[in-house]
Amino acid sequence: MQMMRPGQTRALIIGAGIAGIQAALDIANSGYEAVLVDRLPSVGGHMAQLSETFPTLDCSQCILTPRTVEVGHHPHIRLYTYSELTGLQGQAGGYTATIRRRAAYVRWDLCTGCGLCQSRCPARVPAEFEGLLGERRAIYTLSPQAVPNKPVIDREHCRYFSTGRCRVCERLCPVGAIDYEQQDEVFEEPVGAVIVATGYQLLPLAALPEYGGGNVPDVIDGLQFERLLSASGPTAGVVRRPSDGRVPGRVVFIQCAGSRDPERGRPYCSKFCCMYTAKHALLYRHRVHDGQAIVFYIDIRAAGKGYEEFVQRAMDEERVLYLRGKVSKVFRQGDQVMVWGTDTLSGRNVEIAADLVVLAPAAVPDPSQAELARILGLTIGEDGFVEVRDAQLAPVDTLRPGVFVAGAAAGPKDIPETVAQASAAAARILSLFSRWERAAQVQVQADGGS
Amino acid sequence: MKVALLPEGLRSRLQQRVEEASGQNVLACYQCGKCSAGCPVAGVMDLLPNQVIRLVQLGLVEEALTSQTIWYCAACLTCAARCPKGVDLPRVMEALRELAMERSGDHLPPDRLPAEALAEWPQQAVIGGFRKYTW
Amino acid sequence: MQNMEALPYFPGCTLKQRAAGLDRSARDVFSALGSPLAELPGWNCCGATFPLTVENLLDLTGPARILASARAEGTRLAVACAACYNVLRRTNHLLRTDADKREKVCLFIESEYDGDLEVVHLLELLHREIGYGHVRQALRRPLEGLRVAAYYGCLLLRPAVEVGFDDPEDPVLLDQLLAAAGAAPVSYPHRGECCGGYLAVRSEEAALEASKRVLTAVSAAGADVVVTSCPLCQYNLDRRQGIIARQEAGFRPVPVLYFTQLLGLALGADGEGYRLDEHYVDPRPLLRERGLADV
Repeated sequence: MQMMRPGQTRALIIGAGIAGIQAALDIANSGYEAVLVDRLPSVGGHMAQLSETFPTLDCSQCILTPRTVEVGHHPHIRLYTYSELTGLQGQAGGYTATIRRRAAYVRWDLCTGCGLCQSRCPARVPAEFEGLLGERRAIYTLSPQAVPNKPVIDREHCRYFSTGRCRVCERLCPVGAIDYEQQDEVFEEPVGAVIVATGYQLLPLAALPEYGGGNVPDVIDGLQFERLLSASGPTAGVVRRPSDGRVPGRVVFIQCAGSRDPERGRPYCSKFCCMYTAKHALLYRHRVHDGQAIVFYIDIRAAGKGYEEFVQRAMDEERVLYLRGKVSKVFRQGDQVMVWGTDTLSGRNVEIAADLVVLAPAAVPDPSQAELARILGLTIGEDGFVEVRDAQLAPVDTLRPGVFVAGAAAGPKDIPETVAQASAAAARILSLFSRWERAAQVQVQADGGS
Repeated sequence: MKVALLPEGLRSRLQQRVEEASGQNVLACYQCGKCSAGCPVAGVMDLLPNQVIRLVQLGLVEEALTSQTIWYCAACLTCAARCPKGVDLPRVMEALRELAMERSGDHLPPDRLPAEALAEWPQQAVIGGFRKYTW
Repeated sequence: MQNMEALPYFPGCTLKQRAAGLDRSARDVFSALGSPLAELPGWNCCGATFPLTVENLLDLTGPARILASARAEGTRLAVACAACYNVLRRTNHLLRTDADKREKVCLFIESEYDGDLEVVHLLELLHREIGYGHVRQALRRPLEGLRVAAYYGCLLLRPAVEVGFDDPEDPVLLDQLLAAAGAAPVSYPHRGECCGGYLAVRSEEAALEASKRVLTAVSAAGADVVVTSCPLCQYNLDRRQGIIARQEAGFRPVPVLYFTQLLGLALGADGEGYRLDEHYVDPRPLLRERGLADV
């Protein structure tokens, strides 16, 4: 007699960015359970860092928050944040996932999310969520809208952990949730199928030595600029440059920083940079009315609905100056950033003294993806992204049955495409669940009839 | 301005010669201009380095040969070091110089060099110059 | 590391002729550090530039002959001039990796050579073998407070795969040496930009264009002195300053020294034979003022 295996119709989703969130909600709202795992303390991924989204200029937080809140409260979603997948045994329909949750040193079952602990923590640390342009404390949440809204203690920077003295958060916590003795916890979850939604990271600026290699404070990457544009960011949405907090009067944007560079960078096009650069230039012009925005591009790839119109709007309405050519060198000169570029259309080299330079570095797989692929038994392409079973006709299937991939984990994608893939992966899993259930029913009927 | 493209077919004889002598596939260049942007002597060139390689791509090698740019290239390799496509442009420039001198003889005959300059220049410059400007 | 066996040394044409002061200072430095240089017997010109067309084997014979004859002397060849270093390194790389060309070139030079000589620049020797710590200990007149602009130029850095000397976009070896000698390296972004090389032979204008970029940056960075590792860079950067000073009102000329000249003085040499008087921007007032030379 064929019976349902425990957890056969539960889905494991790795990565709680917009892809993981979308897939989890699709599955959970169909009545099945989703186990959603993220390495960070809260969900939302890169989308939570963005200011506004192209081409509609929606506030990213505003359109994301209803979904993160739903994920946080959904009866069919089991959320493991601050957690990583460490093992997956079994096969499609009968996997056992091993998940390690890092010690937060805060008892989330007690914590009310009041935030008192964070307000008085004496240790100030550059905040990763703010692209190191803002500060957080050693006990922190990623943002005030965090889901779950429970803090973690960063042991490396915590004064108590490094000196044995402090315990300010413990004294302040009204519910006694601080637990310096907390240990990592390991959980086993039976699941039937898996979605990899680990997204992308930007190529570190250290890999772009001709653009300052990360050593010029006023040369930043696109995600950092998102935080400068964001009302909830470290500058409350006022574009201030990192070195001296001045509002930059001239900003140079450099696309293809490491993309389309088989020789020393990544061979592929990172796909969403043309659009976010146009958005950056446009939003900068909205914030700084007399500011000059100059974009270096090689080709403009704006092949989505409303995308081309958006780029044209940046050019003609916002007077963003597009120069066709690649920049060879960027360096600090006095309190400015010198940009040596070219405009191949006029056949002129240009030297621009900028107040701020924003790079669009290549989108690369998350560094943890190689290890995750090993755990999941997936194939990783030469570019480091997850290989799919058939790029034409099975774009969200991996080579391992029952394991799917969605969003930028399989290659750079913008939000609409990522969400579409997430729903596709969820649909693939739901069809499996439904088939397995039907098969079990048929078997029960057959057994009953004999 | 108007030119006749590909009068000799897809690959002109001269283009082929430049590619063979330089060991470079000129069509690998996607014209991003990074070579020009970083060139230390672009300011005195009549054509930017990416325009020279463009002419070769179009098969307009004769026109490239008349450019002063090929003689201004100092083979400093800044362009080659940063080229995203791994095109060794100084090799293309050298191939063009050789081709030009094969037709017209020495670009800079040694007897035209002033004696006082010859006495002043480091040997490295004189010999380097001979290598680049004589046939 | 004291009193090592003398190192086979290739001075090259420029250091034997126009820039003999550089050769003298290089010998001083290595003698003072206990590793005297022994000139390679019967050497010839390397050709000054590496041939860039693939079938130009003729121009490889000069450097190949040097490599083969140095190999007969030992396993390493120390080179002072950055151009010679570049040509010899690239030729060596080619002979090592291209069996067909190696065979043809060896036939030309009538010698067996398979590319197993190690070509090292003097700066590499100081860094890797003698050690900057040892340099520091041997100092007689530390370069305290001297603001130096370390200049690398092209030939030590590019092409990185064949030359393999330092980080081509952010080189540090010369800065570290000068810091070990007590100097204060200034930060400026043009350390690996071209000085114009041999372009002056054809066009003073082009050479000026290149040198000027570097020199205005050096001058703006507040350097007391530019330190080069290539005799042609030394010449170009030194020679062009008079013209730039005439063109640009605010330009402040900066003496240009070869790294062994400055290091030799720091190690206690008297500067005899360094030909400091032949420099265009006279370095002697600065050196006297800093107690580095009595010349």
